[in-house]
Amino acid sequence: MTTSTSIEQHQLCTFYLDKFFFGIGVEKVQEIVRYQKITRVPLAPPEVRGLMNLRNQIVTAIDLRDRLDLPEYRGDMLPINVVVKIDEEMISLLVDDVGDVLEVSQEQFESSPETLTGKVSKLIRGAYKLEERLLLILDVEKVVDLTGY
Amino acid sequence: MEIDEDLKAFLVESNGNLNEIEGDLVVLEQNPTDEELINRIYRNLHTLKGNCGFLGLEKLESLAHAGENLLTRLRDRQLALNSEITSALLQLVDSVKEILANLESTGQEGENDYKAVVATLQVLQESRNVKQETLEEETLTVARASSVADNTVRVDVGLLDKLTNLVGELVLCRNQIKEFSEGKNDSAFTDTSANLDLITTGLQEGIMQTRMQPISNIWSKFPRLVRDLAITLGKQVRLEMEGEEIELDKTLMEAIADPLMHVVRNCIDHGIETPSTRVAAGKPASGKIFVRAFHESGCVILEIGDDGGGIDLAKLKLKAVEGGWITKERADRLNTTETLELIFLPGLSTADRVTNLSGRGVGMDVVRTNLQKIEGTIDIYSNLGKGTTFKFNIPLTLTVLPTLMVISGGDRYAIPQANLLELVRLEGEQARNGVEMIHGAPVYRLRGKLLPLLYLNKELKLDSSEYNSLDENDYILNIVVLQTTNKSFGLVVDFINDTQEIVVKPLGKLLKAIPCFSGATIMGDGQVALILDVQGFAQSANLLSDEQNAALAAEENKIRQKSEESQIFLVFEGYERRRMAILLSEVTRLEEFPQEALERIGQQHVIQYRSSILPLIYLSNILGSVDRQFSPAPDEKIQVVVVSLGEENLTGLLVENILDIVEENVSVTGSSSQEEIKYTAVIRGRVTEILDIDVIIRKTVPYIFPAQSLSRLTK
Repeated sequence: MTTSTSIEQHQLCTFYLDKFFFGIGVEKVQEIVRYQKITRVPLAPPEVRGLMNLRNQIVTAIDLRDRLDLPEYRGDMLPINVVVKIDEEMISLLVDDVGDVLEVSQEQFESSPETLTGKVSKLIRGAYKLEERLLLILDVEKVVDLTGY
Repeated sequence: MEIDEDLKAFLVESNGNLNEIEGDLVVLEQNPTDEELINRIYRNLHTLKGNCGFLGLEKLESLAHAGENLLTRLRDRQLALNSEITSALLQLVDSVKEILANLESTGQEGENDYKAVVATLQVLQESRNVKQETLEEETLTVARASSVADNTVRVDVGLLDKLTNLVGELVLCRNQIKEFSEGKNDSAFTDTSANLDLITTGLQEGIMQTRMQPISNIWSKFPRLVRDLAITLGKQVRLEMEGEEIELDKTLMEAIADPLMHVVRNCIDHGIETPSTRVAAGKPASGKIFVRAFHESGCVILEIGDDGGGIDLAKLKLKAVEGGWITKERADRLNTTETLELIFLPGLSTADRVTNLSGRGVGMDVVRTNLQKIEGTIDIYSNLGKGTTFKFNIPLTLTVLPTLMVISGGDRYAIPQANLLELVRLEGEQARNGVEMIHGAPVYRLRGKLLPLLYLNKELKLDSSEYNSLDENDYILNIVVLQTTNKSFGLVVDFINDTQEIVVKPLGKLLKAIPCFSGATIMGDGQVALILDVQGFAQSANLLSDEQNAALAAEENKIRQKSEESQIFLVFEGYERRRMAILLSEVTRLEEFPQEALERIGQQHVIQYRSSILPLIYLSNILGSVDRQFSPAPDEKIQVVVVSLGEENLTGLLVENILDIVEENVSVTGSSSQEEIKYTAVIRGRVTEILDIDVIIRKTVPYIFPAQSLSRLTK
């Protein structure tokens, strides 16, 4: 399991999914974009929602709820794209809503909480215990690697 | 290792010079007295030497110098070229190449000592194989600097690639603006958009042009390759090249260089027989390798072939069965093309012995894979005892791909036109009954051939219920007939849109594993559409099982036998309820018109049809002895059989009642007294008159034909 020493980022881009509050290192995030029309890709892994056009670049969109085994969204809000750049490739993570960029301190960190089990626990590095709630830190590389589970 | 700009420029130029020298040397061996050639070789070597001195490359300089001396003697006819000298000069070229390679990777000339080569050259230089010594003064002009290079600029390929991509983006942007402007009524905006369109196209063409290189860049390597191989193998080979000036995109050129070399090597090693075998077979001792390049329908075609032994199909099958690639039963059923395809099986080789050149069975599959990467194809034609030809089909450029857009399950997909054979549209009755099941596989009869069908919706696991549950009468089947490397199949899609030139964008890592798609593109409306990889699609869909293939072949044979004897007729009631028929192949369409649609030009009845005027023929007028016009009930529609001779010139045949379309093996026939009737025959147990459409049209409406088709008719 990842230990707290490997967590180096202090500025976190945060977003909401279901009843959870997530964060990823701000340096991984290329940009936040409002919802764009997505072309589905038949035969693709189920987590892949499809392809979208971001300024004439083709970006693969991942349904982060699906990826994290969270229940399907039932409201009428459109998801938001958190576009990350991994190995020179742009991938969009679809989230319910985005929060602020937060500055956190190392002391608040604790590795993976017990509340998450199974495949999801591998995708989470740990959590920051903020005053009002837990901020779960996603391992972005693992999240976008759909072969590794 | 970083090398400085001067050295880089030197390397680029010297490699070019060296390739020229190499090619010229091989040609010179065939025409040893060609002064022009000797001079050119000399000049190239001299330039190289001059540059070496400037950069302080001693080994290189001494090599070039020795070569130059030898060439001077040749030029002054004090020495005559023989194979010994040619070999020594080629050795020189190899040594220089080695040094250049070292320079490129390390910036140094390398450890090797080339004294032996220099010595050989010197010995040869001092030898004497020409008796008469002509003391000709040096008339050669060595000055050659850079008169051509003055108006050219060397550009880094990386920069060109970047520009090409940017132009690709611009094309997309232009498409979006175009679509946007169509919805607007602003003339200034429309004009600007049209202008942008023009400029973009011009820019695109220009950028493409900068990437083009003549195919001779690859071909210049062939003479040396052929010569060396022929000598090693003890064969005599003559090389013929055609179309060196044809140009190709640089990226494509790089992708095909190795495959082409490989095929040439195969042709010499496996294709061309030894001189004794050739003579025994009644062929000239010297074999022929030809390489040709030419343009054909928007592609560049490269042909490489030999006049050697050809591919032994039986042996090939045997090898494939022995190696366990296919079963004996399957092998027996393969036709010629399918058998030749076997040589693309990875690991298969027909050579009895493995040489260090080829025969290890690594190769043809790689050749094909490399070609597929650039959307190219390869076909083989082989004639046992006569030779083998490989035909490469290469797209002109990679950046813009002509495609057909189709819609299935509500989404658009682009199909590369290189794979497209034809489109078939079936409506109503035809659509419902057109598809048959053979061994559980859906097929469609396309001109007597059974075409296996794949449903895009089903293969892509798309939910298509809403598109197929249309009203039964409106049921339409759209079949896109596609060609993969060795078989064709029909792809059933919901709708067929137009054709479109698209800019290909690669798919991300997450989607690379799906074999059905080769990339994606951005459409005019800004949305993404996937590009279908026809080859991958056919493979992953696993087109037909062996049993299904067998059943298909059997069924096809049946059809063939049947169709050899029988013909298809359209049977109808003509005037006075006479039972008549014409060949279905002569029928363009069947139409119904209300009676009000009938109009006249003079004595001629006509009808407006598909924005032209269709002359109508009353059969009663030409066949009947009485001038009687048939008069249907006022509210009844008139039935017209539209026939045509050739592409245009449609003519309508007015009939009373269309009865049936019948496939019949006509055996009982009788002659007729009227020339409009070809013969009479028994169709479905009743005597029927078969009309001669040519005669009828000629007699009734001769004026609609231009002179040319008239003369054809009166023949």
